[in-house]
Amino acid sequence: MNRFEKYLGSGVTLPLLILAAWYLGVHDGFLDPRIWASPEGVIATAREQLTDGSLYEALGASLKRDLLGVLGGTLVGLALGVGLGTVRLLDELLSPLLNGVKHIALFTWIPLMSIWLGNGELAKVTFIGFAVFLPVLLNTYQGVRSVDPRLLDVARVLKLTRTQTLRKVILPSAAPSIATGIHLALIYGWLATIGAEYLFAVAPGIGSSIMEGREQFRMDLVILGMAIIGGVGFLLNVVANRLQARVLRWQAPQ
Amino acid sequence: MSTSSLRRASRAAIVEPEPTHSAAVIALPTTAASAPGANVTPRQQATPKTRKFLRRPVLLGALTPLALLALWALSSRAGLVPQLILPAPATVYDAFIALVQSGELFANLSISVQRVALGFAAGAGLGLLLGAGMGLSPRLERFLRPTFLTVAQIPVLAWIPFLMILFGIGEALKIVIIAKAALIPVTLNTLDGFRNVPRAYLEVGRIYRFNNLQILRSIMLPGALLPVFTGLRYGLTHAWHSLVVVELLASTEGLGYQMVMARQLFQLDVMIATMIVIGVIGFTLDKILAQAETSLRRRYGAAA
Repeated sequence: MNRFEKYLGSGVTLPLLILAAWYLGVHDGFLDPRIWASPEGVIATAREQLTDGSLYEALGASLKRDLLGVLGGTLVGLALGVGLGTVRLLDELLSPLLNGVKHIALFTWIPLMSIWLGNGELAKVTFIGFAVFLPVLLNTYQGVRSVDPRLLDVARVLKLTRTQTLRKVILPSAAPSIATGIHLALIYGWLATIGAEYLFAVAPGIGSSIMEGREQFRMDLVILGMAIIGGVGFLLNVVANRLQARVLRWQAPQ
Repeated sequence: MSTSSLRRASRAAIVEPEPTHSAAVIALPTTAASAPGANVTPRQQATPKTRKFLRRPVLLGALTPLALLALWALSSRAGLVPQLILPAPATVYDAFIALVQSGELFANLSISVQRVALGFAAGAGLGLLLGAGMGLSPRLERFLRPTFLTVAQIPVLAWIPFLMILFGIGEALKIVIIAKAALIPVTLNTLDGFRNVPRAYLEVGRIYRFNNLQILRSIMLPGALLPVFTGLRYGLTHAWHSLVVVELLASTEGLGYQMVMARQLFQLDVMIATMIVIGVIGFTLDKILAQAETSLRRRYGAAA
């Protein structure tokens, strides 16, 4: 039992079984070879795309879009979040509206945006920015609002100006929330990038190439695309975690 | 608007982001990184000051949407915005009434709701089993976890083309995708819930010489109830959002398709009306579930 546990019961067994079933299925015919690509076929395609550069091109285009949208959305989200968090009138005026807007499933905006902004790069980047904007805003707002009131009292006693209070008290103590918002921005931004590439006009990008693969029934392209999308998402998450740990290093562990 | 409602607000924004770091157990990363806060009830959070604050801004809060609406109506009446870019509110309202009267809205709505119900039932059912299984048996968890996390790491969006090849664009595709969307948060939260039942309770159970079934029924299930419910709630939200995506991408009926069709015919009034319907349903779902969660927490929360 012990040995069984060690080898068969471990986490790699199931993936290996799936891989074996996939391989055997394609080669022994219980998976339709017109639909299914073989595992080695996927690897061959990956290699081919790596050598002819088309993978870099697609990934580069997607990441560029992603980055632009995330940057834009994050900046607007931060600014508005701090605004809503510090100016009560703004908060009262805008929060209910924003709360309503965020309930509209993100992707339902795409048809409307395609009419307003066209189908090209502008629409895609705007959509990504919009996707990122809400989580950044909400987390920033929350961070700013939950600043310890005693710290604000101290700031008042010390007669700090508004800017000083913001810089020395509010922003540092909202930093963890803001970092969470930016972490989310990275994740949401990547998803929105893929979605935008599916639903707006075709242009180079990883989402477009996976859709192209589907249209041509090239399962190898589709599986490769899935792996890349998952992989990039994973890496973005790792990067965000690292950054978060780094930026917040000065904070006392809670 | 209280802090807590905005906090809740931040969760449901997109289809399905699942970071793999451990905090992701709470399903959506908005809450993930602020995970400690996720277990705080809105009630605990609201200081007396914010409570008072809650009552005041209703009027002001309604002001902005109303002002926007007025601006929208006036500018289209004055001809500042072409109807092809933004139809007047009255036109949108008429389109909505026409959709209701022709029965089109309800036909599409009922198809969409059916898909979500089926997909959610399948995904949540499997998620409960998987989560409970892994929560109760470390051996099973060790066996399944890496595979499960890999599946979870690839977002619903990336699964869609793959599943389109396998299933075509029929009903099966939608059900599977919605099920996958619901599966991940339900499983992770259920697993989390079972794992975090306090040791002390189990020890008490053992002292009383409970058998396994009794431990499951009287300790594990009540102890895991809240996280499980949270998982179901996220699962349903994810299911709803995924429905919209899959209907936009590949469908010949349903609310998403109604939007695609309207987009192609440049019927912006229909499009906006449908958007609002989708938004209102999402909002209502979320409110009902949040309410249910709060009252569950009030009843069972003290224990956990």
